[in-house]
Amino acid sequence: MYVAVKGGEKAIENAHLWLAEERRGDPAVPELGIGQISEQLALAVNRVMAEGSLFDPELAALAIKQSRGDLIEAVFLIRAYRTTLPRFGASLPIETGQMSCVRRISATFKDAPGGQVLGPTFDYTHRLLDFKLAADGFVGEAEQSETPLSDDIPHIAGYLNSEGLIQDEPETDVEPGDLTREPLELPASRDIRLQSLARGDEGFVLGMAYSTQRGYARNHAFVGELRIGRVAVEMDIPELGFSIEIGEIEVTECETVNQFRGSKVEPPQFTRGYGLVMGQSERKSIAMALVDRALRWRELGEDYLGAPVQDEEFVLHHADSIQATGFLEHIKLPHYVDFQSELELVRKLRREAGRNHRPREAAV
Amino acid sequence: MSEYNFAYLDEQTKRMIRRAILKGLAVPGYQVPFASREMPMPYGWGTGGVQVSAATLTPEDTLKVIDQGADDTTNAISIRRFFQKTADVEVTERTTEASVIQTRHRIPETELKEGQILVYQVPIPEPLRFLEPSEVETRKMHALEEYGLMHVKLYEDISIHGAIATSYAYPVKVEGRYLMDPSPIPKFDNPKMEMAAIQLFGAGREQRIYALPPYTRVVSLDFEDHPFDPGRADHACELCGAENSYLDEVIVNDRGERMFVCSDTDFCESRLNGNGEGGA
Repeated sequence: MYVAVKGGEKAIENAHLWLAEERRGDPAVPELGIGQISEQLALAVNRVMAEGSLFDPELAALAIKQSRGDLIEAVFLIRAYRTTLPRFGASLPIETGQMSCVRRISATFKDAPGGQVLGPTFDYTHRLLDFKLAADGFVGEAEQSETPLSDDIPHIAGYLNSEGLIQDEPETDVEPGDLTREPLELPASRDIRLQSLARGDEGFVLGMAYSTQRGYARNHAFVGELRIGRVAVEMDIPELGFSIEIGEIEVTECETVNQFRGSKVEPPQFTRGYGLVMGQSERKSIAMALVDRALRWRELGEDYLGAPVQDEEFVLHHADSIQATGFLEHIKLPHYVDFQSELELVRKLRREAGRNHRPREAAV
Repeated sequence: MSEYNFAYLDEQTKRMIRRAILKGLAVPGYQVPFASREMPMPYGWGTGGVQVSAATLTPEDTLKVIDQGADDTTNAISIRRFFQKTADVEVTERTTEASVIQTRHRIPETELKEGQILVYQVPIPEPLRFLEPSEVETRKMHALEEYGLMHVKLYEDISIHGAIATSYAYPVKVEGRYLMDPSPIPKFDNPKMEMAAIQLFGAGREQRIYALPPYTRVVSLDFEDHPFDPGRADHACELCGAENSYLDEVIVNDRGERMFVCSDTDFCESRLNGNGEGGA
């Protein structure tokens, strides 16, 4: 009789086996290698690393394979794995001015020291399906320059700063907070906001940024600079008394230059938004910079216009895809106890409503 | 087993969670922020309860996990297995044999005893959340014990529907101080919350832990002229005949006929096996 809730154990086991079978797909098709994913689906790998907050292309590729290409599921696998890793300490801030760039562009100056470097971008491709790619895949080789790019390329914002035209960022020696170790407290400081956005769902951050462009707390942004490349990660080793390089990560950095007419507390000048994302992720880093800028209204003495993107509680509480998808999807779990109590209540309220209505009907 | 630390979480994390639990027990009903970890099951599946259980379990414990009152619902099985795998603790389906019980949406029918711990999975720990979406505001309201908003909501229910239109997650006042969400248990279970066992509440996604020490005064909100009514389906269990248990309504055939059975499977089976009421 009680079939629906019995036998769950066996059902779970079989569901897992079926899932594994579906993941593999047709066995006549060669199995996907981790290397194939990390090399050929690198942007998916980058997204999983960025939102998973763990720089490890191999693990991210494994997560993508295991999740059948569901990137949010892959991010989730990486996050759950990350929980089991010990935290040894904080690295020194990475020096993005010392980045070995593969791409570096500015939308605000035609040219600047370091030059415009287009790099491997989709920007000017025509989005035509390439049927040749389906057949063989070989697409040719880019010519290599004889003079390598300098890995000391100054930031564009620095040039505006020397004229005092752009708002100065306050300096601090405080170690940034870590959302993965401390509960989110509001109002949040900028470091926490930026961490939350860097881990946040690309689609959510994109939508929030887009809303500012369309007039919800509009703040016109220029891409002052966008750069992608590898930077060294250094850590202070107390036993040694100096810092050593422990590795290299690839990051995308975007600094926006925003219009600002001045407020009670700030003179007219340009202001900044900042985006930094692990891996190659231009869309996310630009979006992040726009949202960062919108969230800074209080510090810059701007008005609160009631736009969602200005509301840090709204943005920070809803940016995380793992939190969002978990809570959204949990409604498919059994709720029959709650539903039963709602059934009882609706029946009771209907009975009462019926009693109250009957005399009036009789009078008609 | 050796791949994981005992109960999955590392010792530092468990200490951090235990500190939050102790603070919660010291200030009953107060929501203590804690640095919730990402667990290998999704938010919404009981990550808060799992973290609280992980920090509470010792190798000598016997664990029971229920969802909707039943031990054999899929997620209860999944969580029980998780702790079998990562903590290798004894598990049981018997309420009386368990030292730690993790639950979603129910309190067992069998009265809990001193020494037992009941761990609730909590989706939204803030009882005022659906009246005030901002966390900054609701924290202020708790600090000032400003709960008028909730009373107005209940009053409006009565003026519109003639009754308080909340049937689960029915708000309670703890020791005359904090307004607390009892998690989405049916209001039928609310009176049981004054109990001999320790009650711990974990909300993973919302990063909150709160607690009730044994014998804490827990009052369901009501009005003098509209006293709290725990409510219950007007039936007896069609399997064990119990008239005092919370019932699930099961559709049994294509004609839509219904059957009412105990939601607490251990309670029902114990009665069927003649082990006395509640399977003592």
